[in-house]
Amino acid sequence: MSKQQSLKATEAIQASLKKRYARERRFQWYGRLAVLTGFVFLFILLFDIVSKGAPAFTQHYIKVNVDLSQEVLGLDPGASEQEIFSADYLGAIKTSLREMFPGATGRKEKQQLYRLLSIGAEYDLRDKVLADPGLIGHSSELWLRAHSEAGSYLKGQVTAGTAESERKVKDLQMTWLDQLRDQGRTESRFNTTFFTEGDSREPEMAGIRVALYGSFFTLLVTFAIAFPIGVAAAVYLEEFAPRNRITDLIEININNLAAVPSIVFGLLGLAVFINFFELPRSAPLVGGIVLSLMTLPTIIITSRAAIQSVSPSIREAALGVGASKLQTVIHHVLPVAMPGILTGSIIGMAQALGESAPLLMIGMVAFIMDAPAGVTDPATVLPVQIYLWADSPERGFTEKTSAAIMVLMGFLILMNALAVYLRRRFERK
Amino acid sequence: MDRAEQQGAAAADATATRRQLDIRDHVEPADYQTIGTPFVDDAKMTARNVNVFYGEKQAITNISLDIGRNEVIAMIGPSGCGKSTFLRTLNRMNDIIPICRVEGEFALDGEDIYGGDQDTVLLRARVGMVFQKPNPFPKSIYENVAYGPRIHGLAHNKAEMDEIVEDSLRRASLFNEVKDQLDKPGTGLSGGQQQRLCIARAIAVSPEVILMDEPCSALDPIATARIEELIDELRENYTIAIVTHSMQQAARVSQRTAYFHMGKLIEVGDTKQIFTMPRHELTENYITGRFG
Amino acid sequence: MDTTTVFLALLLLTVASFFMGRKRSHAVAAGQGGARALHSLPKHYGYMAALWALLPAMAVLVLWLVFENGILARMVVGDLPATVQEMSPSEQGLYFNQVVSYARGATDASMLDAAQIRAAEHYSALVSSSRLIKALLVLLVALCGAILALRRIRPALRARNHVESILKWILFSCSFLAVLTTLGIVLSVLFEAIRFFQTIPVVDFLFGLEWSPQMAIRADQVAASGSFGFVPLFVGTLLISAVAMIIAVPVGLMSAIYLSEYASRGFRSVTKPVLEILAGVPTVVYGFFAALTVAPFIRTLGESLGLHVASESALAAGLVMGIMIIPFVMSLSDDIINAVPDTLREASLGMGATMNETIRKVLLPAALPGIVGGILLAVSRAIGETMIVVMAAGLSAKLTINPLEAVTTITVQIVTLLVGDQEFDSPKTLAAFALGLVLFFVTLLLNVIALYVVRKYREQYE
Repeated sequence: MSKQQSLKATEAIQASLKKRYARERRFQWYGRLAVLTGFVFLFILLFDIVSKGAPAFTQHYIKVNVDLSQEVLGLDPGASEQEIFSADYLGAIKTSLREMFPGATGRKEKQQLYRLLSIGAEYDLRDKVLADPGLIGHSSELWLRAHSEAGSYLKGQVTAGTAESERKVKDLQMTWLDQLRDQGRTESRFNTTFFTEGDSREPEMAGIRVALYGSFFTLLVTFAIAFPIGVAAAVYLEEFAPRNRITDLIEININNLAAVPSIVFGLLGLAVFINFFELPRSAPLVGGIVLSLMTLPTIIITSRAAIQSVSPSIREAALGVGASKLQTVIHHVLPVAMPGILTGSIIGMAQALGESAPLLMIGMVAFIMDAPAGVTDPATVLPVQIYLWADSPERGFTEKTSAAIMVLMGFLILMNALAVYLRRRFERK
Repeated sequence: MDRAEQQGAAAADATATRRQLDIRDHVEPADYQTIGTPFVDDAKMTARNVNVFYGEKQAITNISLDIGRNEVIAMIGPSGCGKSTFLRTLNRMNDIIPICRVEGEFALDGEDIYGGDQDTVLLRARVGMVFQKPNPFPKSIYENVAYGPRIHGLAHNKAEMDEIVEDSLRRASLFNEVKDQLDKPGTGLSGGQQQRLCIARAIAVSPEVILMDEPCSALDPIATARIEELIDELRENYTIAIVTHSMQQAARVSQRTAYFHMGKLIEVGDTKQIFTMPRHELTENYITGRFG
Repeated sequence: MDTTTVFLALLLLTVASFFMGRKRSHAVAAGQGGARALHSLPKHYGYMAALWALLPAMAVLVLWLVFENGILARMVVGDLPATVQEMSPSEQGLYFNQVVSYARGATDASMLDAAQIRAAEHYSALVSSSRLIKALLVLLVALCGAILALRRIRPALRARNHVESILKWILFSCSFLAVLTTLGIVLSVLFEAIRFFQTIPVVDFLFGLEWSPQMAIRADQVAASGSFGFVPLFVGTLLISAVAMIIAVPVGLMSAIYLSEYASRGFRSVTKPVLEILAGVPTVVYGFFAALTVAPFIRTLGESLGLHVASESALAAGLVMGIMIIPFVMSLSDDIINAVPDTLREASLGMGATMNETIRKVLLPAALPGIVGGILLAVSRAIGETMIVVMAAGLSAKLTINPLEAVTTITVQIVTLLVGDQEFDSPKTLAAFALGLVLFFVTLLLNVIALYVVRKYREQYE
């Protein structure tokens, strides 16, 4: 009887096999598709940012035959340095441009002509003259910074294909730029301004220096607060905490804080540190404190894991020779756990570096041109700078935003690579 | 190629003619000789020249053994001797472990079970398995037993399924204890009941062979006795291979006994003979309790 | 003396106390058989004296710094003429800021009135006396602490235990900071929210269907009535989170299943870290991506299909948020699926089930509570996510469940209400704290439930 049953079952199973394997294959494809989807999203994201941001690392220059005669600059012979400093460089540039393109006669056309060069060209010229006063009195061929719109045409981002009303580079400007290019009067250089300047209303003059300083100071404060406190808390919870209600309360709080939205920390910072303690707004000090409260749970949780993984035999050995619990921890447990703790802290710092929402709450969104000199000066940070630029409609700023993102991601990758390296070394031991 | 893809390839022509194997004749010379009677006339399953590797480590060395039709064969030996590994090769459970490599020839009713056209789904339905620790699914008792028939499409309606479930639970002599709580979770039963539920679950797909991997090691003596009784009843309809660490159990339930040592099959014989007149020194040492 | 000098002096005193403590321990032990007679090592007596000098003085210094500005400001403002006293807080703040910057020499007198110049002189005087008092007080406290500790040194004094218990208390305070942080969050949002609810009734807030926080500044303004109905924000938040979950849950869960059950070890070891890059991308980057790439793309796509898509559609923000959450769902599901014991896999495979049958009928049902917990955590994260929606979602609160329209969220409104110069007392600003309160409690609730469910689930298989 059982034999028959078995045979029947075998037949039934065989009949169903084809369908079941088809379903199995389908299911596997869903899995592959899901993994692929993740990959595609990541690729599109990175490709989008790199392709938008890469042009920001170059800046176009235009060679202009600048007439630096004294009457154009409005200088008397033997002018003092102060007078040279405040000479009429803008006028010199305008005159020279008009000389190069005598065709531009109307008011509008002239304005378009002037807009080939950046507002910063005036300062470039001033710096050149100050560095070499010998330039005064005659004409010289000088490379001056191009306007970002002109630059975008030279970079090929804008073409004559778009209707004139929909682009900022006008037909006339395009003709001029074509002429300049044909005469070898345009040049693309590495954009150092991007790293040496602060924020600006003009894309070609905007840089991330202030944001980098701000991020540095903010992270410094965050690390100085979160690292010692985080490690101390982890040591307490792993080594000393009695099993009681207070310990439970602390653990529940740490776990929950790890999942509290970052913007809520911003509200805390605004209400407590700025309004109650009256610490300065927009300062890396407050930003750092808020971010340290936010990263503390990460550091505590990873440090606890690192301390837990220290083999108990080390503890027993130290306690066995009469060391106190605290001595055991400081002399033996912490050094062994340190790579793990550092790994966790670096990951926490990377989180803090990329965070922006709570910083908006405490006023780190100001337009700041001068780099902060300390933790109480107004500053902005890299992610917030990205947020600010992302709001600007100019094409030049889209480019700068993407470039700033590339720099930010570069730092994050470095930090994570360091964490991975530390973990690897730690595991090998 | 990953596991499921192999299965898929196999399924493509699952109905193709099976390669008939007669591997009885070629036993390659080994660096050791199994003493006793590894081969029987009416074999349900045959294994020849089996080597199993976990990565670099060799877990089984050149084992050849037959499992006779409707017999209970016990596999004994000290821990780590390879008896469980060998058992798991019989329904290709080792395929799940990525680093595991199996060499040798296996047949079920003369059909090669590791052949390219054989698939694990059908094989595992024909060669069922009961594990060391009772492992009911976190579902109701009914759903536990109905799981196999359901995935294999063995019941066409509710009535047929009810019949299969009841029949399987009866054969596993569990029905009377659980008939009023079929919708209760299987994990709520006692350890012995859970293991009988697992046996019922295996029986539900009408296998021909049941492999048992130390099925009583997690149970108390009374539950163990129930299972042993059950094994004796099941012998009528199924071929059973049981791995056990208890020599008394082997003596009580099996007709033939195979003694494994360090990945080698040392001695096979009639259970009575193995326990009363072992021929190999290692076997004797083991059953007299000198090591274990 | 400025703060840095005070701090350095304090450190110097601390170090000095250490050496004096050590020396004194030798001295008191000398009569009783040398250092062996001491309970602890001499350096422990040193540490004890140092801690006694440092800690109380440090506390005084920190408190002083924290409250100095506020108290000085109040003292100066209190002496200003009545006309200034009657100004609104923001005007008063501006007025006072001019005083301070003049006192610091940052501006010249031309912009100030006579009262301000007097106030500035008053302020400068107060600042310099405050500095003096601060320095004296801190050093006095340090000295007292050190002397007290030094006087207590006896051979029988258990200095090591004493030092260790102080350090243990410090360690405890560090971990107790987590509780204080939570308390700080609750109190700061609660107080402001209560002040908000004094102007706007709780019921109007919770059940109001209209949100337009522009309050009339002058009585004759008609257009802006200032309604604070929370419902459209909540629906908008849920809509965007729902879109995000529709993307993240299937992709994250299936990736986790594929990687843990099917993929070879080599494939997994490459794929997992690559996908986890998505989790490390800052949210502001996602916001940029959503606003400048995805939203225009969806808009163009929708228009080519003849659909009207808002340029700040919930779909774009939700989609990008979903991408952000994929690795989060993936690693949570991965943990959960791996926690299902192997015996269940073996049992199912051992009966001839295919892998997908095993996954769908055994593993997933067994892992369901854990996965639900993980999804709740992901939802909580989506609700609290700020930058993506600030940059890619709308500002006007529309009550709709159409993902092609622009909606606004709780976090967007908090940012809009608080960024820029705001009067701290207007209902508009306070509303942000009421929203923060709701946000905190909603996410807290989700987290607590999720963590509880996940923990129960893990215990089941331990």
